[in-house]
Amino acid sequence: MNIFVCVKQVPDTETKVTPNADGSFIETSSIKWIMNPYDEFAVEQALLIKQANAAANVTVVRVGSVKDTEALRTAMAMGADDAILVEANDNLDSYSIAKALKGAIDKSGKKADLIFAGKQAIDDDCLQVPQILAQMMEMPSVAVVVGFEMNGTTVKAKREVEGGALEVYEVNTPCVIACNKGLNTPRYASLPGIMKAKKKPLAQHSLADVGVTDADRRVKYSGFALPPEKPAGKKFDAMDATKQAEIVAQVVSLLRTEAKII
Amino acid sequence: MSNVLVFTETNDGKVKPVTLEILGKLAGKADVAVMGDLAADQVELLAKYGAQAVHKLKGANLDKYSPEGYSNALSAFIKSKSYDYVFAGATSTGKDLIPRLAAVFGAGCASDCTNFTMDGGTFAGTRPLFAGKCLAKVELTGPKPHFVTVRPNALGMPQTPTAGAGAAADVAADAGQIRAAIKEIIKAASAKVDLTEANIIISGGRAMKNAENFKVLNEMADVIGATVGASRAAVDSGFAAHSMQVGQTGKTVSPSLYIACGISGAIQHLAGMRTSKVIVAINTDPDAPIFTKADYGIVGDLFTIVPIMTQEFKKLLGK
Ligand SMILES: Cc1cc2nc3c(=O)[nH]c(=O)nc-3n(C[C@H](O)[C@H](O)[C@H](O)COP(=O)(O)OP(=O)(O)OC[C@H]3O[C@@H](n4cnc5c(N)ncnc54)[C@H](O)[C@@H]3O)c2cc1C
Ligand SMILES: Cc1cc2nc3c(=O)[nH]c(=O)nc-3n(C[C@H](O)[C@H](O)[C@H](O)COP(=O)(O)OP(=O)(O)OC[C@H]3O[C@@H](n4cnc5c(N)ncnc54)[C@H](O)[C@@H]3O)c2cc1C
Repeated sequence: MNIFVCVKQVPDTETKVTPNADGSFIETSSIKWIMNPYDEFAVEQALLIKQANAAANVTVVRVGSVKDTEALRTAMAMGADDAILVEANDNLDSYSIAKALKGAIDKSGKKADLIFAGKQAIDDDCLQVPQILAQMMEMPSVAVVVGFEMNGTTVKAKREVEGGALEVYEVNTPCVIACNKGLNTPRYASLPGIMKAKKKPLAQHSLADVGVTDADRRVKYSGFALPPEKPAGKKFDAMDATKQAEIVAQVVSLLRTEAKII
Repeated sequence: MSNVLVFTETNDGKVKPVTLEILGKLAGKADVAVMGDLAADQVELLAKYGAQAVHKLKGANLDKYSPEGYSNALSAFIKSKSYDYVFAGATSTGKDLIPRLAAVFGAGCASDCTNFTMDGGTFAGTRPLFAGKCLAKVELTGPKPHFVTVRPNALGMPQTPTAGAGAAADVAADAGQIRAAIKEIIKAASAKVDLTEANIIISGGRAMKNAENFKVLNEMADVIGATVGASRAAVDSGFAAHSMQVGQTGKTVSPSLYIACGISGAIQHLAGMRTSKVIVAINTDPDAPIFTKADYGIVGDLFTIVPIMTQEFKKLLGK
């Protein structure tokens, strides 16, 4: 069984984001990169299947710049068998990314039985790549998955929707599963795991190698800017018990008269 | 002029508000498609906000959502009408369906836009990234139709909508092959509006101390029709479900009113709620970062302030 896991490298959530001088992208020079947090659930789910099925092979795939290969090495240190990196700059759109992922999977010569991804990359928040990839691979997909069971070739996946309700899907492999928090608890990479990961194979391709060109661009972005800062608000000190009632009444009244909300 | 379709979802037979927001912005130049039947009053509502035609797609296996069934049925319909643009709300269904549908056409999708223009019939949108720490302009290129999802509550309801003809028609639709199908739906404990669509949100943080204490927030929520959210610290401590988490690794929300109770205002939390129109913060620490983003800050103990506030809201609303 061949399992592919798509992982994206994203700026650490502590990162202070600033647009670059001409507003054509963000300033990336001082960013610390991490594996997209949702992709950790995807890697873990693949490894859980591998634990139960020794013949399973787990390949992690990433499209992005080579600056560092942190996310792929981390996934291999957690236990993935091998990795593929498609070298690209960091501003491709979701369509090109999905096409590159498909190209990389096809090029591996392995027939994919399962493809795991995160439900969302926390930098661009498009929630698109897994669904586009599924359509391109002609596979069914279930996204925002918080429960996963596999029995032979049948998968039961719980998808979280509005208000915390769950849709329970039944689907056969091959399929694409996009993982949400709550699915499992990702393991940490052990020290021996980290050492071993250094020797695991990492294939590297160019975009052209996997059949993606400039003509595949579908979305253009520009004008990166910081959101307008809010003017300072009003602050009331209600630590003194005798003033609490008065202050709360005042704020509630302002919500109607000034903010016109209630 | 472009030929524009808005895909609408319904909730208990009622059109989701985000559809009306989108129609308002398109100012009477769009058709609407819905899966299954739609009551006459809802067709009228769509017409009032600008729907020229309301297409009801009907066929076997379309009663429940499935990514493949919906995208098969809609793609055939969109082809038959040669739409240039397809809009939908960035809801659970919209976010799942529209990228797949776009891929059927090999087309692009601008996702989760918070604003857009259609000057000369060409789309240009604004979307936040890094959970709202930064904004950028998005434009679409390549084969049509072009797809756009719009964040609920971001555009706002049009005050004076341009009405459309609202001619309703049934369309025979084919769900085709569905490999991933819903077998069962497990209802959520609360029947409240989802955080991402809520107009008012009250969130609790680590200071709530336990799950039981969330009842003080629930009581206020009942009075003002709010949905209750939580910080990650509250979720990780087991006080609240993950579906309630607001922030960079939870839900990104933009309600009209966000009330943060006992939440410090970490960068990852702010990222998920900073686009709220009005923010109220209640915190015992006068230097908590949340106060820098709050329109109205109350330095005080949430366990005394929130119940007083609930009473004040009751008075104000005559409840
Ligand atoms: C300002 C801005 C606006 C953008 N707007 C749009 C837009 O509206 N429409 C659009 O099509 N594109 C857009 N993009 C591009 C898009 O964000 C990138 O293509 C991105 O890599 C894919 O989207 P995402 O990061 O949101 O991933 P998501 O679709 O949210 O990611 C879900 C999962 O897909 C997998 N995945 C995603 N990217 C990769 C990767 N590079 N390598 C391996 N696996 C991956 C991961 O498993 C991830 O968890 C925008 C980019 C920017 C900078
Ligand atoms: C990768 C990553 C992703 C993350 N994603 C998210 C996310 O999506 N969402 C999120 O929220 N966080 C996220 N975090 C966590 C974030 O960094 C903070 O740890 C978290 O938001 C803190 O939650 P809190 O404000 O409830 O708790 P604290 O920071 O502990 O704040 C509690 C606050 O309550 C106040 N307080 C105490 N008692 C009372 C009282 N009786 N009345 C009123 N106020 C009181 C205190 O003064 C304090 O300000 C993420 C972190 C990482 C590393």
